[in-house]
Amino acid sequence: MKHLLSTADLSRSEALLLLDTASQMAQTQQREIKKLPTLRGRTVVNLFFEDSTRTRISFEAAAKRLSADVINFSVKGSAVSKGESLKDTALTLHAMGADAVVVRHWASGAAYQLAHSGWFDATVVNAGDGTHQHPTQALLDSFTMRRHLVGTPDNPDGVGHDLAGQHVAIVGDVLHSRVARANVHLLHTLGARVTLVAPPTLVPVGVSTWPCDTSYSFDETLATGPDAVMMLRVQRERMSGGAGAFFPSVVEYMRRYGLDRDRLATLPEHTIVMHPGPMNRGLEISAEAADGPRSVIVEQVTNGVAVRMAALYLLLAGETP
Amino acid sequence: MAHHEHGEREVLDAADINRALTRIAHEITEREQGAQDVIILGLQTRGVPLAVRLAEKLASVDPAFNPAQCLGELDATMFRDDLRRNVTRTLGVTRMPSRGIDDAVVVLVDDVLFSGRTVRAALDALLGYGRPRAVRLATLVDRGHRELPIRPDYVGKNLPTSSSERVSVRLAETDGVDSVVIAPLTELPLEETPQEKSPQEKSPQETP
Repeated sequence: MKHLLSTADLSRSEALLLLDTASQMAQTQQREIKKLPTLRGRTVVNLFFEDSTRTRISFEAAAKRLSADVINFSVKGSAVSKGESLKDTALTLHAMGADAVVVRHWASGAAYQLAHSGWFDATVVNAGDGTHQHPTQALLDSFTMRRHLVGTPDNPDGVGHDLAGQHVAIVGDVLHSRVARANVHLLHTLGARVTLVAPPTLVPVGVSTWPCDTSYSFDETLATGPDAVMMLRVQRERMSGGAGAFFPSVVEYMRRYGLDRDRLATLPEHTIVMHPGPMNRGLEISAEAADGPRSVIVEQVTNGVAVRMAALYLLLAGETP
Repeated sequence: MAHHEHGEREVLDAADINRALTRIAHEITEREQGAQDVIILGLQTRGVPLAVRLAEKLASVDPAFNPAQCLGELDATMFRDDLRRNVTRTLGVTRMPSRGIDDAVVVLVDDVLFSGRTVRAALDALLGYGRPRAVRLATLVDRGHRELPIRPDYVGKNLPTSSSERVSVRLAETDGVDSVVIAPLTELPLEETPQEKSPQEKSPQETP
């Protein structure tokens, strides 16, 4: 692997290698001294064209735990806000000797462009591009699911196993969600069955070609007893005219697609509740669901560091081709 | 398995390996005045089954030693100095014994001691988990050719080798048979090259 751009590019064995490596990384984070010397002398640039707190901090923590030098490049206050193109930004990073660029961009395909344009030869890690992909988020979601749904007392992280037979419901604003797209492909590769649940206005065109089912009814999907329920954030900043263009009212959305107390009570005993964050509490998810014993939302954040350490290790530690 | 084809020479058989581990267990108890503070840590990958066997022997020599609490495994991959010279290595399992390593006498167990670089990485990896009172090194085979100032405390067999030879430790747990063989580098089938060895250990003649 030279780049990590899309979960659709990952084979089953590559996905398992990433998850199993993340498990060893998580183990090292129980040491008294969490820092490892592995990427000493390598430079990782966090290039963020969109606001992000947890993803940027998570990548920064992951790179620092592996002793890489980290340069944070956020667009606000940079030359990009003065009109610099992605290409010129890339050439600048190349001149600074970046070994890896972690890129978050509002345009779908920006990470691919950066990796394949020939502007530089650094490794590119996609940290979210438009409504396209967010591979490390999907990997940390699968890591979390595997730990809770497949892990045993002898093998708590389920190392070596995929998610065969697991049923995952991904609920909410699928249209604008790179998290949903990344998860659909990765979960399919790992053998899980995915049902996307959304109002018709928030289901993307062409979803029938994706390796998953689609449902307009949250209650019908819950009745099938999913093993994991992943709530998506309603991305009002991507909805022109507020949320009004996609559903009649916030109350109606909550009533039909929110994970409230009543729906929570219908879930099977083992089902976990996930959310990529940040949450709109009281919109797509209630406080009972977000803070309840089934919620693995805080653990998703913890696992994110281990998964990103694994990605950086596998992409950067070996010989430069 | 064809042990004696292709110029291979068996230097230790199953009984030799067993005797060597028994002797090392006695040497540890003698030198550390009992095994109550001893922790056995196997280095990935073939040091791990050797450590399990050594721990069992130690428990029969000194019942104060409890393998359930004092046996672990260590993967030092992320501390190696040659990561950038090789394709990316798969990480192994690290599992520290439940008692921790603080103030213990940690015995690192490896199959072949060669350049010393794996042990150097293991020493670094170990320090992240605590501060042992002492760290010792046990190896089934010492084949010489050290590149770092590291020496073993407990040796199964000293095996003078040429750098154009390759020493292969095969264990029942990982390879189906207990045997140590020595062979010219070129004549050993590629798939028998253990992945965890550094290029120096694999093919010293390539080292500048």
